[in-house]
Amino acid sequence: MFGTKTISISRKLTLMNMLVSGTALVLACLAFIVFDVISFREARMRNLSTQAQVIASNTVSALLFDDSQSAHNTLSALQAAPNILSAEIFLPDDQLFASYSRDPSWQSQPPLALKQGQAESSWTENEQMLLVRKIEVDGKTIATVFIRSDMKDLHRRFLRYVLIAGIVLAASLLATLLLSSFVRRAVAQPIIDLSDVAKAVSKDKNYSVRATSTRGPTEVSILFDAFNEMLGQIQSNEIELRNARDTLEQHVIERTAELAAANKELEAFSYSVSHDLRAPLRGIDGFSQALIEDYGDRLDPTGIDYLKRVRSATQHMSHLIDDLLNLSQLTRTEMRREKVDLSALAQTIAEGLQREDPARSVEFVIARHLSIQGDAPLLRIVMVNLIGNAWKYSSAHAHSRIEFGTTQYQNRPAYFVRDDGAGFDPRYADRLFGAFQRLHATNEFPGTGIGLATVQRIILRHGGQVWAEGAIERGATFYFTL
Amino acid sequence: MNITNSAEPDVILLVEDNPDDEALTLRALRKNNVKNKVVVARDGAQALDYLFGTGSFAGRDTTVLPQVVFLDLKLPKVDGLSVLRELRADPRTRMLPVVILTSSSEEQDKISGYGLGANSYVRKPVDFEQFIDAIQHLGLYWLILNEALPTRRI
Repeated sequence: MFGTKTISISRKLTLMNMLVSGTALVLACLAFIVFDVISFREARMRNLSTQAQVIASNTVSALLFDDSQSAHNTLSALQAAPNILSAEIFLPDDQLFASYSRDPSWQSQPPLALKQGQAESSWTENEQMLLVRKIEVDGKTIATVFIRSDMKDLHRRFLRYVLIAGIVLAASLLATLLLSSFVRRAVAQPIIDLSDVAKAVSKDKNYSVRATSTRGPTEVSILFDAFNEMLGQIQSNEIELRNARDTLEQHVIERTAELAAANKELEAFSYSVSHDLRAPLRGIDGFSQALIEDYGDRLDPTGIDYLKRVRSATQHMSHLIDDLLNLSQLTRTEMRREKVDLSALAQTIAEGLQREDPARSVEFVIARHLSIQGDAPLLRIVMVNLIGNAWKYSSAHAHSRIEFGTTQYQNRPAYFVRDDGAGFDPRYADRLFGAFQRLHATNEFPGTGIGLATVQRIILRHGGQVWAEGAIERGATFYFTL
Repeated sequence: MNITNSAEPDVILLVEDNPDDEALTLRALRKNNVKNKVVVARDGAQALDYLFGTGSFAGRDTTVLPQVVFLDLKLPKVDGLSVLRELRADPRTRMLPVVILTSSSEEQDKISGYGLGANSYVRKPVDFEQFIDAIQHLGLYWLILNEALPTRRI
């Protein structure tokens, strides 16, 4: 029963209390009863001895005068003592001199002789107490008094004690039971409270609750304090965590707002560029043209040439503005991913280029069935720029080869456009993708220097990478992953 | 050029705040032999005044509508898109041909322009030769090919 783990603490405590107090009580009662029985017997023995002495002294004269009737009368006085069963006076020759018996059917028997020099002897026999005493006159034994006393009252007394002890035991166990409920409140209840709180915490994740107890021993208080401290730490940790999260969220909101503002500003800026920067250019170009048309006859060829240069510079500026706007628009337009057949795209672009300039001898090698997921219009811009660049930068060679294919880069497919044209100085490879960065003079290869910046921006928006390999007059290879 | 049963010659309303662009547009029209009368409004408010006969154009016969409106977007006072919105909201000018003629190639402007009921959206090229080309096409289409609504008299 004690060994089983399913018994609650309070039940265990009650059982232990009852066992301890019950055992103590039983032992105490036993000791008391034993002590009482012993002392009662001793007192009875002394009483018996006194009575024997009284009988002895009162019957001396009767013995001396051989008056058995007188001795009998003396013995009959023992009627007043209810525990005396019988009393006899024997002469030294074991002849009965006088007797008294509560039970008339009692047959007197001479007692065992006393030893030499022994005045009195007592013993118990058959639950009776027996006492023999010599009656002496001038040192000479003239008779022996023999008294029998029963021990029934002793038994009664013993039984009464047992009964009282039983009642006391029962009452004390009851008291223990009642007391143990107090003990339970004092010891077990705090622990039960604590387990309730722990349960509530683990269930509701509410770390603000605290275990409270005004009672309980020091150890329980320590446990409570430790538990509450732990809860406090968890709570403060959680608050800190929540604060950190809130701060982070606030930061994200702020950054998003800043970004949105910056984006809006950028939009306003590019709108302004689109409108306001182009209008004066149109004026410069238009009026230069008007000058040539209306006043051309008053200008010498140098003047006309200057005006033509003004117009050509204006138009270049116009292209730059357009490219810049397109680039900024790339990052703003929404992306839609779909399956894009890069091989078909490359084929179409190659055919377009060959149609535009049929005099060129360019061999296109296009790998078949290369498809990826991406934004079709944006990827078209990538392919147009890369293949267009390959076409443009191989134009100085009589015969050239442009290849579109795929390879592996860091366990991912990488696509490439390769030409055997002018190439570039690898020292400046990182400048290739900057806006308006050019590695060739405009009169060598025309362009605004925005194409590769556009390519890079599109690839980055797809989460990919773009890089180039090349050498001067050894061609260039542009790789990209998506 | 195009002859309708209207008493007045067909008018082109040019809404343009930039004097350079105005001069160049007029030059381009002249170069293309467009002889129509060109009314120039320097801002959106003036354009609306002209069309609805209010303000400095109070008393103008508003039943006579221009053959076509060349509308710039970035304008002082009332911008081009707001002008277009008001024209389309008014039953008198709801069907008036409006060509947005602007420097902007912003996608949003195109979407808004068409969304508000512009008939065409033309981006003014910087290259003057291309500009003349564009004006020629516009004139050819809107003043000659396109059949105008008969002039209504209320």
